[in-house]
Amino acid sequence: MRADDPAIRWIEEPKLGLSGKMYLPLIFQGLTTTARHLVGPKRTVSFPEQRPNIADPLIYRGVHRLNRDQEGRVKCVACFLCATACPAHCIDIVAAESPWPDREKYPEHFVIDELRCIFCGMCEEACPVDAIELTSLFDLTGRTREEMFFDKEKLLSVFDQTKDAEPPKSAGLPPLQRPEEEHHS
Amino acid sequence: MLELAAIALVKVVILSFGLLTAAAYLVLLERRVAAWVQDRRGPNRVGIPLTSIRLFGLGQPLADGLKFIFKEEFTPSHVDRWMYTLAPISILATALAVFAVIPFGDVLTLGGERTIELVVAPGFDAGAIYVFALSSLAVYGVILGGWASNNKYSLLGGLRSSAQLIAYELPLSLGLLGVVVVTGTLRLDEVIRTQANEGIWFAFAQPLGLIVFVIASFAEAARLPFDLPEAEQELVGGYHTEYSGIRLLMYLVAEFMHMITASFLIVILFLGGWHFWGLTDAAAWGIEGEAVPLWLGVVRIVVLMAKVFVVILFFMLTRWTWPRFRFDQLMNLAWKVMLPLGIANVVMMAVVAEFEVPLTDRLGRGGVIGLTWVGTLLTLIVAALLVPLHSDNRRRSIEPDLFGTS
Repeated sequence: MRADDPAIRWIEEPKLGLSGKMYLPLIFQGLTTTARHLVGPKRTVSFPEQRPNIADPLIYRGVHRLNRDQEGRVKCVACFLCATACPAHCIDIVAAESPWPDREKYPEHFVIDELRCIFCGMCEEACPVDAIELTSLFDLTGRTREEMFFDKEKLLSVFDQTKDAEPPKSAGLPPLQRPEEEHHS
Repeated sequence: MLELAAIALVKVVILSFGLLTAAAYLVLLERRVAAWVQDRRGPNRVGIPLTSIRLFGLGQPLADGLKFIFKEEFTPSHVDRWMYTLAPISILATALAVFAVIPFGDVLTLGGERTIELVVAPGFDAGAIYVFALSSLAVYGVILGGWASNNKYSLLGGLRSSAQLIAYELPLSLGLLGVVVVTGTLRLDEVIRTQANEGIWFAFAQPLGLIVFVIASFAEAARLPFDLPEAEQELVGGYHTEYSGIRLLMYLVAEFMHMITASFLIVILFLGGWHFWGLTDAAAWGIEGEAVPLWLGVVRIVVLMAKVFVVILFFMLTRWTWPRFRFDQLMNLAWKVMLPLGIANVVMMAVVAEFEVPLTDRLGRGGVIGLTWVGTLLTLIVAALLVPLHSDNRRRSIEPDLFGTS
């Protein structure tokens, strides 16, 4: 590109006064800024002793949980929408005939591979019954790969752990009223 | 004779260990200060090994050092082995050898009678020249490392470094010359004694010299506004790109040693060395005669070290205040600003030294100093008005397109 290319827009530098041209006043101005930060409050969170303040747990994407309904049953209806939406293919569901009259299916097995999960929150978006949700727990660890496969019981226990601090996001909504299904071919 | 050698040996051992430890802890301080300036906390976890005691991260230098020592000492296959090994040794050796003539206190009086001068080579008349000769030798370590690495980035780093160090040697010497003209001695302990006797530091008597010397010593120590030899972001580390393990550690320690040397020189030449009004004067404590009791000697060491620490802190703060110069800006600053300022300072000091008696009679000591300050201010204003702004790198006119590249 040539220096006289009309596409180049030359910007005029702000004019410096005498004190600016003498450099030293500006150096001292800069030093006061640096010194202010030297003694100012620090932003670092000393992690294990001090927990970070998660501003809005509602939109934080941490470990998953499987919500329970009012009767303590798993809310999931094994529709596979989350497993389909998952870009990392980390959700594995085995559906079975529901023992309860209000739904057709329920998950017999529901396993999330937390090591494979990218915590994108698509499963939460996809879920039609608000059964799967992401909590604000972020420091999950394990000693083996097997430990990091979270099964249905584990995911439900995450719900039990977090339900007081983070009520289910659909808690205020009435239970889903399903119109009588018409089969579309 | 043997006794003299023994005393010198003890001083050498104490000084070398002290300096190497100081360099290690300055790395920690540098990291902490960097963190604080950026609103972080910095390394504060490593304490006593095998316990959970943290001690504000004071164990960090130990961990850093061990890491470097136990790393594989890798020599790339394409380097000149001899030079490659020699380079870090030469730079560290010269950086340590500089301290032979730098006083780290005044005198210690042991057992009432015996006084020990706190400098490895006491009474060395060419002290200042020796310091400058050895700190110039640092260029060899840098350029040797760059050359021996057989790598274009290292060589570029070495070349840039040698150009920079040679360019800033001149204003550095001119800053020193002002002090030498006034004191009439090249002995650093004499320079301190002159300031202490008069009670006026050369920072007040020669402000222009202080400015020139401080800026030039930043460049000599390759600290941040002038750290082009390394320039991590541009030269992948510069002359020590190919170095790792203990050899890299030697380079890094030598670098901090240069900063310590520069701080010592600034303090000794311009900030009164171990002198502080009322605190280190024998007369103020009601002590008769020339003898300096042991405790006063210790007080003077502490005052000197405190001043050096403050100057080092200033070095570190400046690092996070001023961005790196471009190479042409660096050279412009050296030849078009610092050199004239240094010459102006020498001329001013020569006039003061030559006409000291009539000037002091007419104006008093304060008047002479006031005159120096007026001269400094005028020089700075003239320099500001005459020197073009180096930040502006636009092309003023369109040059003919010789190579037809457009």
